[in-house]
Amino acid sequence: MISKDEVKHIAKLARLELTEKETIKMQKDLSAILDYFNLLKKAPQSKNFKENFYRGASSLRKDESKKSGLADKLLAATPEKKDDYIKVKSIF
Amino acid sequence: MDLINFTIKEAHERLKKKEFSSKELASAYLKQIKKIDKDINAYLSVAEESAMAQAEFADEKISSGNFSELTGIPCAIKDAILVEGQICTAASKILENYIAPYDATVIKKLKEQGSVILGKTNTDEFTMGASTENSAFGVVKNPYDKNRVAGGSSGGSAAAVAALEACFSLGSDTGGSIRLPASFCGIAGLNPTYGSVSRYGLIAHASSLDQIGPMAKNIEDIKIVFKAICGKDPMDATSADYNFENSDVGLKGLKIGVPKEYFTEGLDKEVKKIIEDSIKKAEEQGAEIKEISLPNTKYSTACYYIIVPSEASSNLARFDGIKYGFSDQSPKSLLDVYSKSRGKGFGSEPKRRIMLGAHSLSSGYYDAYYRRAQEVRQLVKQDFINAFAKVDLIFCPVAPFPAFNIGEKADDPLSMYLVDIYTAGVKLAGLPALSMPAGTLRQAQGENLPVGLQIIGNHFQENKILSVASFIEKMV
Repeated sequence: MISKDEVKHIAKLARLELTEKETIKMQKDLSAILDYFNLLKKAPQSKNFKENFYRGASSLRKDESKKSGLADKLLAATPEKKDDYIKVKSIF
Repeated sequence: MDLINFTIKEAHERLKKKEFSSKELASAYLKQIKKIDKDINAYLSVAEESAMAQAEFADEKISSGNFSELTGIPCAIKDAILVEGQICTAASKILENYIAPYDATVIKKLKEQGSVILGKTNTDEFTMGASTENSAFGVVKNPYDKNRVAGGSSGGSAAAVAALEACFSLGSDTGGSIRLPASFCGIAGLNPTYGSVSRYGLIAHASSLDQIGPMAKNIEDIKIVFKAICGKDPMDATSADYNFENSDVGLKGLKIGVPKEYFTEGLDKEVKKIIEDSIKKAEEQGAEIKEISLPNTKYSTACYYIIVPSEASSNLARFDGIKYGFSDQSPKSLLDVYSKSRGKGFGSEPKRRIMLGAHSLSSGYYDAYYRRAQEVRQLVKQDFINAFAKVDLIFCPVAPFPAFNIGEKADDPLSMYLVDIYTAGVKLAGLPALSMPAGTLRQAQGENLPVGLQIIGNHFQENKILSVASFIEKMV
Protein backbone atom coordinates (compact mmCIF):
# COMPACT_ATOMS: atom_id res chain seq x y z
CA MET A 1 0.00 0.00 0.00
CA ILE A 2 1.39 3.35 -1.02
CA SER A 3 0.62 6.33 1.21
CA LYS A 4 -1.06 9.53 0.14
CA ASP A 5 2.08 11.49 1.03
CA GLU A 6 4.15 9.20 -1.20
CA VAL A 7 1.73 9.82 -4.08
CA LYS A 8 2.09 13.56 -3.56
CA HIS A 9 5.87 13.25 -3.41
CA ILE A 10 6.08 11.29 -6.69
CA ALA A 11 3.70 13.74 -8.36
CA LYS A 12 5.98 16.59 -7.29
CA LEU A 13 9.04 14.79 -8.67
CA ALA A 14 7.18 14.15 -11.93
CA ARG A 15 6.05 17.80 -12.21
CA LEU A 16 2.44 16.71 -12.29
CA GLU A 17 -0.32 18.57 -10.50
CA LEU A 18 -3.04 16.26 -9.20
CA THR A 19 -6.35 17.32 -7.73
CA GLU A 20 -7.40 15.93 -4.35
CA LYS A 21 -9.79 13.53 -6.08
CA GLU A 22 -7.08 12.37 -8.50
CA THR A 23 -4.65 11.84 -5.62
CA ILE A 24 -7.08 9.52 -3.84
CA LYS A 25 -7.79 7.53 -7.03
CA MET A 26 -4.07 7.39 -7.83
CA GLN A 27 -3.31 6.01 -4.36
CA LYS A 28 -5.87 3.24 -4.89
CA ASP A 29 -4.76 2.40 -8.45
CA LEU A 30 -1.02 2.49 -7.77
CA SER A 31 -1.43 0.32 -4.66
CA ALA A 32 -3.25 -2.37 -6.65
CA ILE A 33 -0.74 -2.25 -9.50
CA LEU A 34 2.34 -2.24 -7.23
CA ASP A 35 0.89 -5.21 -5.33
CA TYR A 36 0.63 -7.05 -8.64
CA PHE A 37 4.30 -6.26 -9.35
CA ASN A 38 5.25 -8.27 -6.25
CA LEU A 39 4.79 -11.30 -8.50
CA LEU A 40 8.25 -10.60 -9.89
CA LYS A 41 9.82 -11.50 -6.55
CA LYS A 42 8.94 -15.11 -7.35
CA ALA A 43 10.64 -15.08 -10.77
CA PRO A 44 13.97 -16.91 -10.97
CA GLN A 45 17.24 -15.01 -10.96
CA SER A 46 18.60 -14.33 -14.42
CA LYS A 47 22.03 -15.75 -15.20
CA ASN A 48 24.61 -13.39 -16.70
CA PHE A 49 22.33 -10.39 -16.32
CA LYS A 50 23.81 -7.26 -17.81
CA GLU A 51 21.96 -4.06 -17.24
CA ASN A 52 22.87 -2.51 -20.59
CA PHE A 53 21.92 -5.25 -22.98
CA TYR A 54 20.33 -2.93 -25.47
CA ARG A 55 21.43 -3.81 -28.97
CA GLY A 56 21.35 -0.53 -30.88
CA ALA A 57 23.22 1.61 -28.39
CA SER A 58 26.47 1.63 -30.31
CA SER A 59 25.10 2.97 -33.58
CA LEU A 60 25.63 6.64 -32.93
CA ARG A 61 26.24 9.23 -35.60
CA LYS A 62 29.10 11.70 -35.53
CA ASP A 63 28.47 14.62 -33.24
CA GLU A 64 28.21 17.20 -35.99
CA SER A 65 25.58 19.86 -36.36
CA LYS A 66 23.55 20.13 -39.52
CA LYS A 67 20.65 22.24 -40.65
CA SER A 68 17.27 20.57 -40.25
CA GLY A 69 15.34 23.34 -41.98
CA LEU A 70 12.74 23.01 -39.24
CA ALA A 71 13.64 25.91 -36.94
CA ASP A 72 10.73 28.15 -37.98
CA LYS A 73 8.18 25.37 -37.70
CA LEU A 74 9.48 24.23 -34.32
CA LEU A 75 9.41 27.78 -33.02
CA ALA A 76 5.88 28.23 -34.37
CA ALA A 77 4.75 25.30 -32.20
CA THR A 78 5.81 26.95 -28.93
CA PRO A 79 2.98 28.37 -26.82
CA GLU A 80 4.82 31.54 -25.74
CA LYS A 81 7.47 33.35 -27.75
CA LYS A 82 9.03 36.73 -28.32
CA ASP A 83 10.72 37.36 -31.65
CA ASP A 84 12.86 34.30 -32.27
CA TYR A 85 12.98 33.27 -28.63
CA ILE A 86 10.91 30.86 -26.56
CA LYS A 87 9.51 32.76 -23.62
CA VAL A 88 9.41 31.16 -20.18
CA LYS A 89 8.42 32.36 -16.71
CA SER A 90 11.03 33.30 -14.18
CA ILE A 91 12.57 30.39 -12.33
CA PHE A 92 12.14 31.89 -8.86
CA MET B 1 -18.74 -3.54 -56.96
CA ASP B 2 -18.14 -0.60 -54.68
CA LEU B 3 -14.55 0.64 -54.98
CA ILE B 4 -14.00 0.56 -51.22
CA ASN B 5 -14.23 -3.24 -51.19
CA PHE B 6 -11.01 -3.73 -53.15
CA THR B 7 -7.77 -4.76 -51.49
CA ILE B 8 -4.58 -2.85 -52.33
CA LYS B 9 -3.65 -5.41 -54.96
CA GLU B 10 -7.12 -5.44 -56.54
CA ALA B 11 -7.38 -1.66 -56.59
CA HIS B 12 -3.86 -1.41 -58.02
CA GLU B 13 -4.68 -3.74 -60.93
CA ARG B 14 -7.76 -1.66 -61.75
CA LEU B 15 -5.94 1.67 -61.43
CA LYS B 16 -3.38 0.28 -63.83
CA LYS B 17 -6.08 -0.64 -66.34
CA LYS B 18 -7.68 2.78 -65.82
CA GLU B 19 -10.99 1.20 -64.75
CA PHE B 20 -11.18 4.05 -62.29
CA SER B 21 -8.91 6.86 -61.18
CA SER B 22 -7.17 7.43 -57.89
CA LYS B 23 -9.40 10.48 -57.39
CA GLU B 24 -12.50 8.33 -57.78
CA LEU B 25 -11.08 5.80 -55.32
CA ALA B 26 -10.23 8.49 -52.75
CA SER B 27 -13.70 10.04 -53.18
CA ALA B 28 -15.34 6.68 -52.53
CA TYR B 29 -13.48 6.32 -49.23
CA LEU B 30 -14.15 9.92 -48.21
CA LYS B 31 -17.84 9.32 -48.91
CA GLN B 32 -17.81 6.21 -46.72
CA ILE B 33 -16.10 8.16 -43.90
CA LYS B 34 -18.77 10.87 -44.11
CA LYS B 35 -21.48 8.28 -44.13
CA ILE B 36 -20.47 6.08 -41.21
CA ASP B 37 -17.66 7.56 -39.11
CA LYS B 38 -19.96 9.46 -36.79
CA ASP B 39 -21.03 6.02 -35.51
CA ILE B 40 -17.52 4.51 -35.40
CA ASN B 41 -15.26 7.44 -34.40
CA ALA B 42 -12.25 5.87 -36.12
CA TYR B 43 -10.95 9.21 -37.40
CA LEU B 44 -9.82 12.17 -35.31
CA SER B 45 -9.28 14.29 -38.43
CA VAL B 46 -9.95 13.85 -42.13
CA ALA B 47 -7.74 15.67 -44.63
CA GLU B 48 -10.05 15.80 -47.62
CA GLU B 49 -8.29 18.59 -49.47
CA SER B 50 -4.77 17.22 -49.24
CA ALA B 51 -6.03 13.68 -49.91
CA MET B 52 -7.63 14.82 -53.18
CA ALA B 53 -4.44 16.68 -54.14
CA GLN B 54 -2.41 13.52 -53.45
CA ALA B 55 -4.87 11.49 -55.50
CA GLU B 56 -4.47 13.89 -58.39
CA PHE B 57 -0.69 13.53 -58.11
CA ALA B 58 -1.12 9.74 -58.05
CA ASP B 59 -3.22 9.85 -61.22
CA GLU B 60 -0.44 11.79 -62.94
CA LYS B 61 2.08 9.21 -61.76
CA ILE B 62 -0.09 6.41 -63.11
CA SER B 63 -0.47 8.17 -66.44
CA SER B 64 3.30 8.61 -66.67
CA GLY B 65 3.77 4.87 -66.14
CA ASN B 66 6.13 5.37 -63.19
CA PHE B 67 4.17 3.96 -60.24
CA SER B 68 4.05 1.24 -57.62
CA GLU B 69 1.43 -0.93 -55.97
CA LEU B 70 0.72 1.76 -53.38
CA THR B 71 0.30 4.63 -55.84
CA GLY B 72 -3.16 6.10 -55.47
CA ILE B 73 -4.14 3.77 -52.61
CA PRO B 74 -5.97 5.59 -49.78
CA CYS B 75 -4.81 4.95 -46.23
CA ALA B 76 -5.38 6.07 -42.65
CA ILE B 77 -2.61 6.95 -40.20
CA LYS B 78 -2.65 6.52 -36.44
CA ASP B 79 -2.70 9.96 -34.85
CA ALA B 80 0.59 9.32 -33.06
CA ILE B 81 2.51 9.46 -36.36
CA LEU B 82 3.42 12.87 -37.76
CA VAL B 83 2.07 14.00 -41.13
CA GLU B 84 3.53 17.39 -42.02
CA GLY B 85 1.09 20.28 -41.75
CA GLN B 86 -1.65 18.18 -40.16
CA ILE B 87 -2.74 18.23 -36.56
CA CYS B 88 -1.25 15.36 -34.55
CA THR B 89 -2.91 14.92 -31.17
CA ALA B 90 -1.86 11.45 -29.94
CA ALA B 91 -5.50 11.59 -28.76
CA SER B 92 -4.43 13.90 -25.94
CA LYS B 93 -5.74 17.31 -24.88
CA ILE B 94 -2.13 18.36 -24.37
CA LEU B 95 -1.58 18.17 -28.16
CA GLU B 96 -5.09 19.13 -29.24
CA ASN B 97 -3.87 21.88 -31.60
CA TYR B 98 -0.36 20.64 -32.36
CA ILE B 99 0.58 20.85 -36.04
CA ALA B 100 3.20 18.32 -37.12
CA PRO B 101 6.31 20.17 -38.36
CA TYR B 102 7.59 17.29 -40.51
CA ASP B 103 6.71 13.89 -41.96
CA ALA B 104 7.55 10.71 -40.08
CA THR B 105 9.89 8.52 -42.12
CA VAL B 106 7.08 6.02 -42.81
CA ILE B 107 4.91 8.87 -44.14
CA LYS B 108 7.72 10.12 -46.32
CA LYS B 109 8.01 6.62 -47.76
CA LEU B 110 4.26 6.30 -48.37
CA LYS B 111 4.17 9.71 -50.03
CA GLU B 112 7.08 8.77 -52.28
CA GLN B 113 5.04 5.78 -53.43
CA GLY B 114 2.08 8.07 -54.10
CA SER B 115 -0.27 6.78 -51.40
CA VAL B 116 -3.21 8.97 -50.45
CA ILE B 117 -3.51 9.93 -46.78
CA LEU B 118 -7.19 10.23 -45.87
CA GLY B 119 -6.73 11.29 -42.26
CA LYS B 120 -5.57 10.51 -38.75
CA THR B 121 -7.06 7.77 -36.62
CA ASN B 122 -8.15 7.58 -33.03
CA THR B 123 -6.03 5.83 -30.40
CA ASP B 124 -5.69 5.56 -26.67
CA GLU B 125 -4.00 8.72 -25.36
CA PHE B 126 -0.29 8.49 -26.23
CA THR B 127 -1.07 4.92 -27.40
CA MET B 128 -1.57 3.85 -23.78
CA GLY B 129 -4.38 1.35 -23.59
CA ALA B 130 -6.07 -1.70 -25.03
CA SER B 131 -9.49 -0.32 -25.97
CA THR B 132 -9.19 3.36 -27.11
CA GLU B 133 -11.30 4.21 -24.08
CA ASN B 134 -8.32 6.30 -22.96
CA SER B 135 -8.67 8.63 -25.96
CA ALA B 136 -9.41 12.21 -24.95
CA PHE B 137 -11.73 12.36 -27.97
CA GLY B 138 -14.09 9.47 -27.41
CA VAL B 139 -13.96 5.70 -27.81
CA VAL B 140 -13.74 3.90 -31.18
CA LYS B 141 -16.68 1.58 -31.69
CA ASN B 142 -16.23 -1.92 -33.02
CA PRO B 143 -17.71 -2.10 -36.54
CA TYR B 144 -19.02 -5.62 -35.76
CA ASP B 145 -20.86 -4.56 -32.63
CA LYS B 146 -21.01 -0.88 -31.72
CA ASN B 147 -21.52 -1.60 -28.03
CA ARG B 148 -18.06 -3.12 -27.94
CA VAL B 149 -14.53 -1.71 -28.14
CA ALA B 150 -12.43 -1.93 -31.29
CA GLY B 151 -9.37 -2.78 -29.19
CA GLY B 152 -6.40 -0.56 -28.74
CA SER B 153 -4.42 1.33 -28.88
CA SER B 154 -4.56 1.41 -32.72
CA GLY B 155 -8.35 0.98 -32.55
CA GLY B 156 -9.08 3.75 -35.05
CA SER B 157 -6.66 2.29 -37.59
CA ALA B 158 -8.23 -1.17 -37.19
CA ALA B 159 -11.85 0.01 -37.30
CA ALA B 160 -11.14 2.23 -40.34
CA VAL B 161 -9.95 -0.78 -42.34
CA ALA B 162 -12.72 -3.08 -41.05
CA ALA B 163 -15.46 -0.53 -41.81
CA LEU B 164 -14.00 0.15 -45.30
CA GLU B 165 -13.05 3.72 -44.37
CA ALA B 166 -9.47 3.14 -45.62
CA CYS B 167 -7.82 0.57 -47.85
CA PHE B 168 -5.04 0.06 -45.29
CA SER B 169 -3.68 1.85 -42.26
CA LEU B 170 -0.62 2.28 -40.10
CA GLY B 171 -0.69 1.57 -36.40
CA SER B 172 1.93 1.25 -33.69
CA ASP B 173 2.50 -1.60 -31.27
CA THR B 174 4.15 -1.26 -27.86
CA GLY B 175 2.45 -4.14 -26.02
CA GLY B 176 -0.17 -5.38 -28.46
CA SER B 177 -1.55 -2.17 -29.93
CA ILE B 178 -1.61 -3.41 -33.53
CA ARG B 179 -2.45 -7.07 -32.96
CA LEU B 180 -5.21 -6.63 -30.41
CA PRO B 181 -7.41 -4.23 -32.43
CA ALA B 182 -6.68 -6.26 -35.59
CA SER B 183 -8.02 -9.32 -33.77
CA PHE B 184 -11.07 -7.52 -32.38
CA CYS B 185 -11.94 -5.97 -35.76
CA GLY B 186 -11.29 -9.01 -37.96
CA ILE B 187 -8.42 -7.61 -40.04
CA ALA B 188 -4.71 -8.40 -40.40
CA GLY B 189 -2.10 -6.47 -38.43
CA LEU B 190 1.66 -6.94 -38.24
CA ASN B 191 3.85 -5.96 -35.33
CA PRO B 192 7.26 -6.02 -37.06
CA THR B 193 10.59 -6.97 -35.50
CA TYR B 194 11.96 -4.25 -33.23
CA GLY B 195 14.18 -2.14 -35.47
CA SER B 196 12.71 -3.15 -38.82
CA VAL B 197 10.67 0.05 -39.31
CA SER B 198 11.89 3.56 -38.48
CA ARG B 199 10.10 5.28 -35.60
CA TYR B 200 11.25 8.76 -36.58
CA GLY B 201 8.12 10.90 -36.30
CA LEU B 202 6.22 8.47 -34.07
CA ILE B 203 5.34 10.13 -30.76
CA ALA B 204 7.30 8.01 -28.29
CA HIS B 205 5.60 5.86 -25.68
CA ALA B 206 8.17 3.24 -24.58
CA SER B 207 11.19 3.43 -26.83
CA SER B 208 12.61 -0.04 -26.23
CA LEU B 209 9.35 -1.53 -27.54
CA ASP B 210 7.54 0.90 -29.88
CA GLN B 211 7.15 -0.28 -33.48
CA ILE B 212 5.10 1.03 -36.41
CA GLY B 213 3.36 -1.61 -38.50
CA PRO B 214 0.77 -2.16 -41.25
CA MET B 215 -2.91 -3.04 -40.80
CA ALA B 216 -4.84 -4.27 -43.81
CA LYS B 217 -7.66 -6.32 -45.29
CA ASN B 218 -5.49 -9.36 -46.04
CA ILE B 219 -1.97 -10.78 -45.82
CA GLU B 220 -0.95 -9.82 -49.35
CA ASP B 221 -1.64 -6.17 -48.53
CA ILE B 222 0.33 -6.44 -45.29
CA LYS B 223 3.32 -7.61 -47.31
CA ILE B 224 3.01 -4.70 -49.76
CA VAL B 225 2.84 -2.04 -47.02
CA PHE B 226 5.51 -3.64 -44.85
CA LYS B 227 7.93 -3.81 -47.76
CA ALA B 228 7.31 -0.11 -48.44
CA ILE B 229 7.96 1.10 -44.89
CA CYS B 230 10.75 -1.14 -43.55
CA GLY B 231 14.48 -0.47 -43.60
CA LYS B 232 17.34 1.54 -42.19
CA ASP B 233 16.82 5.20 -41.40
CA PRO B 234 19.64 7.48 -40.22
CA MET B 235 17.03 9.34 -38.13
CA ASP B 236 16.30 6.28 -35.95
CA ALA B 237 19.45 4.75 -34.49
CA THR B 238 17.57 1.55 -33.63
CA SER B 239 16.49 0.91 -37.21
CA ALA B 240 18.12 -2.05 -38.90
CA ASP B 241 19.46 -2.50 -42.39
CA TYR B 242 16.68 -4.85 -43.41
CA ASN B 243 14.70 -5.36 -46.56
CA PHE B 244 11.62 -7.57 -46.57
CA GLU B 245 11.58 -10.08 -49.39
CA ASN B 246 8.56 -12.23 -50.02
CA SER B 247 9.42 -15.92 -49.74
CA ASP B 248 7.62 -19.16 -50.24
CA VAL B 249 7.56 -21.03 -46.95
CA GLY B 250 4.86 -23.68 -46.93
CA LEU B 251 3.24 -25.66 -44.15
CA LYS B 252 4.72 -29.01 -45.11
CA GLY B 253 7.37 -29.95 -42.59
CA LEU B 254 7.04 -26.59 -40.82
CA LYS B 255 7.53 -26.87 -37.07
CA ILE B 256 4.82 -24.93 -35.23
CA GLY B 257 5.19 -24.38 -31.51
CA VAL B 258 2.13 -24.08 -29.31
CA PRO B 259 2.97 -22.58 -25.92
CA LYS B 260 1.06 -24.41 -23.21
CA GLU B 261 1.09 -21.34 -20.95
CA TYR B 262 -1.10 -19.50 -23.49
CA PHE B 263 -3.89 -22.06 -23.32
CA THR B 264 -4.60 -22.14 -19.59
CA GLU B 265 -7.51 -20.82 -17.53
CA GLY B 266 -8.58 -17.32 -18.47
CA LEU B 267 -8.71 -18.20 -22.16
CA ASP B 268 -12.28 -18.09 -23.44
CA LYS B 269 -13.38 -21.59 -24.49
CA GLU B 270 -14.74 -20.48 -27.86
CA VAL B 271 -11.59 -18.49 -28.65
CA LYS B 272 -9.53 -21.52 -27.68
CA LYS B 273 -11.52 -23.71 -30.06
CA ILE B 274 -11.05 -21.31 -32.98
CA ILE B 275 -7.27 -21.18 -32.40
CA GLU B 276 -7.03 -24.96 -31.98
CA ASP B 277 -9.00 -25.43 -35.20
CA SER B 278 -6.50 -23.24 -37.08
CA ILE B 279 -3.62 -25.24 -35.63
CA LYS B 280 -5.34 -28.48 -36.65
CA LYS B 281 -5.77 -27.20 -40.21
CA ALA B 282 -2.07 -26.35 -40.36
CA GLU B 283 -1.30 -29.88 -39.16
CA GLU B 284 -3.51 -31.39 -41.85
CA GLN B 285 -1.43 -29.52 -44.41
CA GLY B 286 1.74 -31.19 -43.19
CA ALA B 287 2.93 -28.93 -40.37
CA GLU B 288 4.46 -30.57 -37.33
CA ILE B 289 2.82 -29.32 -34.13
CA LYS B 290 4.97 -29.23 -31.01
CA GLU B 291 3.91 -28.24 -27.54
CA ILE B 292 6.43 -25.78 -26.16
CA SER B 293 6.86 -24.00 -22.85
CA LEU B 294 7.43 -20.31 -22.22
CA PRO B 295 7.77 -20.71 -18.44
CA ASN B 296 8.16 -17.02 -17.62
CA THR B 297 4.93 -15.98 -19.35
CA LYS B 298 3.26 -15.41 -15.99
CA TYR B 299 5.76 -12.64 -15.21
CA SER B 300 5.66 -10.89 -18.57
CA THR B 301 2.74 -8.54 -17.90
CA ALA B 302 4.17 -7.32 -14.58
CA CYS B 303 7.60 -6.94 -16.19
CA TYR B 304 6.08 -5.04 -19.12
CA TYR B 305 4.10 -2.66 -16.89
CA ILE B 306 7.23 -1.64 -15.01
CA ILE B 307 9.42 -1.11 -18.07
CA VAL B 308 6.79 0.70 -20.14
CA PRO B 309 5.75 3.32 -17.56
CA SER B 310 9.41 3.87 -16.68
CA GLU B 311 10.21 4.71 -20.27
CA ALA B 312 6.94 6.60 -20.73
CA SER B 313 7.57 8.80 -17.69
CA SER B 314 10.83 9.82 -19.28
CA ASN B 315 9.40 10.24 -22.81
CA LEU B 316 6.47 12.33 -21.57
CA ALA B 317 8.78 14.72 -19.71
CA ARG B 318 9.02 16.69 -22.96
CA PHE B 319 5.40 17.83 -22.58
CA ASP B 320 6.09 20.68 -20.23
CA GLY B 321 3.96 23.56 -21.52
CA ILE B 322 7.04 25.23 -22.98
CA LYS B 323 8.01 23.56 -26.25
CA TYR B 324 4.65 22.65 -27.74
CA GLY B 325 1.07 21.84 -26.95
CA PHE B 326 -1.17 23.02 -24.16
CA SER B 327 0.31 25.53 -21.74
CA ASP B 328 -1.22 26.96 -18.61
CA GLN B 329 0.35 30.42 -18.39
CA SER B 330 -1.63 31.52 -15.31
CA PRO B 331 1.01 30.74 -12.65
CA LYS B 332 3.89 33.08 -11.90
CA SER B 333 6.70 30.54 -11.66
CA LEU B 334 8.16 28.19 -14.24
CA LEU B 335 7.74 25.15 -11.99
CA ASP B 336 4.01 25.77 -11.70
CA VAL B 337 3.71 26.18 -15.47
CA TYR B 338 5.17 22.67 -15.81
CA SER B 339 2.97 20.98 -13.24
CA LYS B 340 -0.27 22.79 -14.11
CA SER B 341 0.16 22.34 -17.89
CA ARG B 342 0.82 18.64 -17.36
CA GLY B 343 -1.89 18.28 -14.74
CA LYS B 344 -4.54 19.81 -17.00
CA GLY B 345 -3.20 18.47 -20.31
CA PHE B 346 -2.73 14.75 -19.58
CA GLY B 347 -5.58 12.29 -19.11
CA SER B 348 -5.68 9.70 -16.38
CA GLU B 349 -3.73 6.86 -18.05
CA PRO B 350 -0.65 8.92 -19.01
CA LYS B 351 -0.73 10.36 -15.48
CA ARG B 352 -0.85 6.86 -14.00
CA ARG B 353 2.09 5.74 -16.14
CA ILE B 354 4.13 8.84 -15.33
CA MET B 355 3.56 8.13 -11.63
CA LEU B 356 4.29 4.41 -11.89
CA GLY B 357 7.40 5.07 -13.92
CA ALA B 358 8.72 7.81 -11.68
CA HIS B 359 8.13 5.54 -8.68
CA SER B 360 9.78 2.47 -10.29
CA LEU B 361 12.85 4.51 -11.20
CA SER B 362 13.16 6.44 -7.97
CA SER B 363 15.96 5.96 -5.51
CA GLY B 364 15.10 3.18 -3.06
CA TYR B 365 12.68 1.45 -5.46
CA TYR B 366 14.84 1.12 -8.56
CA ASP B 367 16.33 -2.27 -7.67
CA ALA B 368 13.01 -3.80 -6.62
CA TYR B 369 11.10 -2.62 -9.68
CA TYR B 370 13.00 -1.36 -12.71
CA ARG B 371 16.18 -3.42 -12.36
CA ARG B 372 14.21 -6.53 -11.43
CA ALA B 373 11.95 -6.02 -14.47
CA GLN B 374 14.97 -5.75 -16.76
CA GLU B 375 16.24 -9.00 -15.31
CA VAL B 376 12.89 -10.72 -15.90
CA ARG B 377 12.83 -9.30 -19.43
CA GLN B 378 15.99 -11.32 -20.07
CA LEU B 379 14.21 -14.45 -18.84
CA VAL B 380 11.23 -13.85 -21.11
CA LYS B 381 13.58 -13.26 -24.01
CA GLN B 382 15.49 -16.45 -23.22
CA ASP B 383 12.21 -18.41 -23.23
CA PHE B 384 11.65 -17.39 -26.83
CA ILE B 385 15.29 -18.09 -27.80
CA ASN B 386 14.86 -21.60 -26.41
CA ALA B 387 11.56 -22.03 -28.24
CA PHE B 388 12.91 -20.91 -31.61
CA ALA B 389 15.75 -23.41 -31.30
CA LYS B 390 13.04 -26.07 -31.67
CA VAL B 391 10.32 -24.52 -33.84
CA ASP B 392 9.93 -22.24 -36.88
CA LEU B 393 6.86 -20.31 -35.76
CA ILE B 394 4.61 -20.05 -32.72
CA PHE B 395 0.80 -20.16 -33.02
CA CYS B 396 -1.35 -18.81 -30.18
CA PRO B 397 -4.29 -16.52 -29.43
CA VAL B 398 -3.94 -12.72 -29.58
CA ALA B 399 -6.19 -12.09 -26.60
CA PRO B 400 -7.99 -14.31 -24.08
CA PHE B 401 -11.39 -13.08 -25.31
CA PRO B 402 -13.05 -11.30 -28.24
CA ALA B 403 -13.91 -7.56 -28.19
CA PHE B 404 -15.30 -6.64 -24.76
CA ASN B 405 -18.08 -4.21 -23.94
CA ILE B 406 -17.38 -0.49 -23.80
CA GLY B 407 -16.99 0.44 -20.13
CA GLU B 408 -16.40 -3.13 -18.95
CA LYS B 409 -12.79 -2.56 -17.90
CA ALA B 410 -12.52 1.21 -18.11
CA ASP B 411 -12.40 1.87 -14.37
CA ASP B 412 -10.01 -0.90 -13.46
CA PRO B 413 -6.54 -0.19 -14.88
CA LEU B 414 -5.09 -3.53 -13.75
CA SER B 415 -7.73 -5.59 -15.58
CA MET B 416 -7.07 -3.50 -18.69
CA TYR B 417 -3.32 -4.21 -18.36
CA LEU B 418 -4.02 -7.94 -18.25
CA VAL B 419 -5.59 -7.80 -21.73
CA ASP B 420 -1.96 -7.75 -22.99
CA ILE B 421 -1.20 -11.18 -21.52
CA TYR B 422 -0.45 -12.90 -24.89
CA THR B 423 0.99 -9.89 -26.70
CA ALA B 424 3.41 -8.15 -24.30
CA GLY B 425 5.94 -11.00 -23.99
CA VAL B 426 6.63 -10.84 -27.73
CA LYS B 427 7.50 -7.16 -27.35
CA LEU B 428 9.85 -7.72 -24.44
CA ALA B 429 11.77 -10.08 -26.74
CA GLY B 430 11.62 -7.67 -29.74
CA LEU B 431 9.97 -10.31 -31.94
CA PRO B 432 7.67 -9.94 -34.95
CA ALA B 433 4.09 -11.19 -34.63
CA LEU B 434 1.00 -11.09 -36.78
CA SER B 435 -2.68 -11.12 -35.95
CA MET B 436 -4.86 -12.56 -38.68
CA PRO B 437 -8.56 -13.43 -38.79
CA ALA B 438 -9.06 -17.05 -37.71
CA GLY B 439 -12.82 -17.26 -37.30
CA THR B 440 -15.83 -15.71 -35.67
CA LEU B 441 -17.30 -16.35 -32.31
CA ARG B 442 -21.01 -16.89 -32.55
CA GLN B 443 -22.94 -15.27 -29.76
CA ALA B 444 -26.32 -16.33 -28.50
CA GLN B 445 -27.25 -12.67 -28.38
CA GLY B 446 -25.80 -9.80 -30.38
CA GLU B 447 -23.42 -9.84 -33.33
CA ASN B 448 -20.81 -12.44 -34.15
CA LEU B 449 -17.31 -11.34 -33.16
CA PRO B 450 -14.01 -11.88 -34.99
CA VAL B 451 -11.14 -13.75 -33.34
CA GLY B 452 -7.50 -13.39 -34.37
CA LEU B 453 -4.77 -16.00 -34.56
CA GLN B 454 -1.32 -14.80 -33.50
CA ILE B 455 1.72 -16.05 -35.43
CA ILE B 456 5.04 -15.22 -33.78
CA GLY B 457 8.34 -15.57 -35.61
CA ASN B 458 12.01 -15.19 -34.83
CA HIS B 459 13.72 -11.81 -35.35
CA PHE B 460 13.44 -10.50 -38.93
CA GLN B 461 11.48 -13.54 -40.10
CA GLU B 462 8.43 -11.64 -41.26
CA ASN B 463 8.79 -13.48 -44.55
CA LYS B 464 8.19 -16.83 -42.82
CA ILE B 465 5.24 -15.47 -40.81
CA LEU B 466 3.57 -13.83 -43.80
CA SER B 467 4.18 -16.67 -46.23
CA VAL B 468 2.63 -19.20 -43.83
CA ALA B 469 -0.17 -16.75 -43.03
CA SER B 470 -1.07 -16.60 -46.74
CA PHE B 471 -1.67 -20.37 -46.67
CA ILE B 472 -3.65 -20.23 -43.43
CA GLU B 473 -5.75 -17.38 -44.85
CA LYS B 474 -6.99 -19.64 -47.62
CA MET B 475 -7.98 -22.37 -45.17
CA VAL B 476 -9.84 -20.58 -42.38
